[in-house]
Amino acid sequence: MGGVHPSENKLSRAKAIEALPLPEVVQIPLAQHIGAPATAVVAKGDKVLTGQLIAEATGFMSANIHAPISGTVQSVDLQPNGQGVRQMMITIKREGDEWVETIDRSTELVKECTLAPQEIIAKIKAAGIVGMGGATFPTQVKLSVPPGKKAECLIINGVECEPYLTSDHRTMLEHGEELLVGVTILMKAIGVRKAYIGIENNKPDAIAHLRSLAAAYAGVEVVPLKVRYPQGGEKQLIAAVTGRQVPPPPALPIDVGAVVCNASTTYAVYRAVQKNMPLIERVVTITGKGLKEPKNLLTRMGTPITTLLEAAGGLPEDAGKVINGGPMMGRAMVNLASPVTKGCSGVTVMSGRDAERKTAGQCMKCAKCVEACPMGLEPYYLSKMTQKKNWDEIEAQMITSCIECGCCQSTCPAYLPLLDWIRLGKQTTMGIIRARMAAAAPKK
Amino acid sequence: MEVLLYTILTLCVLGVLAAIVLYFVAQKFRVEEDPRIDCVEKMLPGANCGGCGFAGCRGMAEALVKRDDISALFCPVGGGDTMKAVAAYLGKAAAEKEPQVATVRCGGTCDKRPRTNRYDGASSCAVSASLYAGDTGCSFGCLGHGDCVKVCAFDAIRINPATGLPEVDADKCTACGACVKACPKKIIELRKKWPKNRAVYVSCVSHDKGAVVMKACKAGCIGCGKCEKVCPFGAITVEGNLAYIDPQKCKLCRKCVNECPTGAIRLVGMEPLPKAPKAAAPAAAPKAAAPKAAATEGPKLVPLKASALDPLRLLNPLKTVLPAKAAAAEDRPLVPLKEAAVHPLRQLKH
Repeated sequence: MGGVHPSENKLSRAKAIEALPLPEVVQIPLAQHIGAPATAVVAKGDKVLTGQLIAEATGFMSANIHAPISGTVQSVDLQPNGQGVRQMMITIKREGDEWVETIDRSTELVKECTLAPQEIIAKIKAAGIVGMGGATFPTQVKLSVPPGKKAECLIINGVECEPYLTSDHRTMLEHGEELLVGVTILMKAIGVRKAYIGIENNKPDAIAHLRSLAAAYAGVEVVPLKVRYPQGGEKQLIAAVTGRQVPPPPALPIDVGAVVCNASTTYAVYRAVQKNMPLIERVVTITGKGLKEPKNLLTRMGTPITTLLEAAGGLPEDAGKVINGGPMMGRAMVNLASPVTKGCSGVTVMSGRDAERKTAGQCMKCAKCVEACPMGLEPYYLSKMTQKKNWDEIEAQMITSCIECGCCQSTCPAYLPLLDWIRLGKQTTMGIIRARMAAAAPKK
Repeated sequence: MEVLLYTILTLCVLGVLAAIVLYFVAQKFRVEEDPRIDCVEKMLPGANCGGCGFAGCRGMAEALVKRDDISALFCPVGGGDTMKAVAAYLGKAAAEKEPQVATVRCGGTCDKRPRTNRYDGASSCAVSASLYAGDTGCSFGCLGHGDCVKVCAFDAIRINPATGLPEVDADKCTACGACVKACPKKIIELRKKWPKNRAVYVSCVSHDKGAVVMKACKAGCIGCGKCEKVCPFGAITVEGNLAYIDPQKCKLCRKCVNECPTGAIRLVGMEPLPKAPKAAAPAAAPKAAAPKAAATEGPKLVPLKASALDPLRLLNPLKTVLPAKAAAAEDRPLVPLKEAAVHPLRQLKH
């Protein structure tokens, strides 16, 4: 249901992953995942090794953070992030390249995994793995199936429906074997026998490659999917692969027996479980029509975005917007010195007219947004009711189901800033719901 | 003729029967309401602004009549006089509050706080604040989309296009607090209203360190603490790199105004103390020119900047990053805005 088909613009699809030289200074935000920010366990002046734990998960819904380079901690203080908002970051200055001893850095494939499911999940938790498609949901939380519910299948998200971005695509092509071992590890962790790898038809090479490899792994099936944005959304992908609809919140994918995991995350799971490698680097697509050389860069976390831009031939002169993520779901940045984080799958540079929004007109009730909404909401109405501060009404209209994919705004012929308002309404409604739950909690 | 007669008679009988039925029904289902509620409602201003915390004046009137202790209720629009009148009518003790006025605590005008990027999302402070820190180097300052203007029921607050900041008309402001609630950056505060709309307040809410503030804005409080030392009444406290003048303790002695190195302490409706020569100029103008517009002072910057403004930004603010190299390389009329774009945030991290 719903969705749009924006121009794909996968400029870097044929570019092999390239390792970016080690950065001299990195900034590691303590909040780079959904849930509670991690707690720093290092202080100014401490020496750290690559892969060493520098911030510990605070509670169930949180994730560990490790040093991406070896060196000295320069500061643990407030620094502006990509949106200019100050948040706690650990700044590390590089000295050499010394690693924690337990990490296996060889590229040799290790297929055998003899660990029990609980041990696998513990290892994933220790490695600080979060969903790398952008949502940064802590993976161990996803894999811990709540009592009374049962996982029936694992779905690997190789859709990458966001225009421009190719990091998952390249990971599937270049690390297919490791990815498939990662799939078997995840299947073991949640106790299922069936796994689907969903890939859109615009990546035929990845489909063919993984199909040929998957023949050797029992229960793993590659599912080619029609090209449609936002098919990479968790609920959309479940519907496309299994035909099951996840009910509205607070229901989760596990309620229909599915666990969804991103392709890059699966590769990270393989590295964490088989090689003891924490999540300290990721593939970032640096792309944009004005860029000299769009690329897929293997980047350490905390590397400044400016370093990536320089590696891609520098910022073009007519650059109007630099977006953290893709053009549909990404966020425009005001601080290019901000670091790459666990959820940063790409950096898109928009040039010239692409970077400008068109002047908003009047809603003409054409209902294109309603047609485009993959969640079956009424975007024009939610946007209007948010402007009127009618929080009860938008809650009743399920604004919390919105996945902020931006289909409504991109399809609007009047160029209305629908998503801007809906995001605000969703944030406010979530705040109201949380306050209500907090008020109800002490009574129990 | 007969038909007509019967028709009229039947209708009359039906009418009387219906009247009798309706009379008993009305007696049975009558809602008892205190007649004083209507009287109190008439005494209230009838602005239905919600400044008292109720949905409208009717709600306030009901609460005033029903509650025994009305000291917690206050109508900011009617003020002390209305409350006294209501209390006298009801025979209860009225709340006493001194008059207040909304005060915009941001001095980051267009020339003092250079723009570092352009925002082109929905024209709303709430939306802008939920997306990012703002279109200048200061993440605490006014966003200038006028959410406060939109909620004001008294037309007492407006954005000055020359400064890009909201200005409060102290004579129209009823201190209902709607703008205070609407501001996502918590810049607006209700402060004590002095006679002749005089005021002294710190026109900044930035908790950033001094160096960061200096780079982002020339009119920001750097938390140096000079004002705190010079204040003879202990009205000024510096907390988290930000000075705050307690309106209850301040006696408008104006010593702090001359002491402030950045001019973050704003003086309204009064001449500054004669000691400092540089501060002498801006004083007289606001009093003479616009006694009404209380927060409108700072005349030195008004005429200069109107032309330098980017009209596009005002009509259709663009959410756009104008990053370092692009800004340096280009040479368009926008340059002052763009050049500024580069450094504030860039230098921050070092």
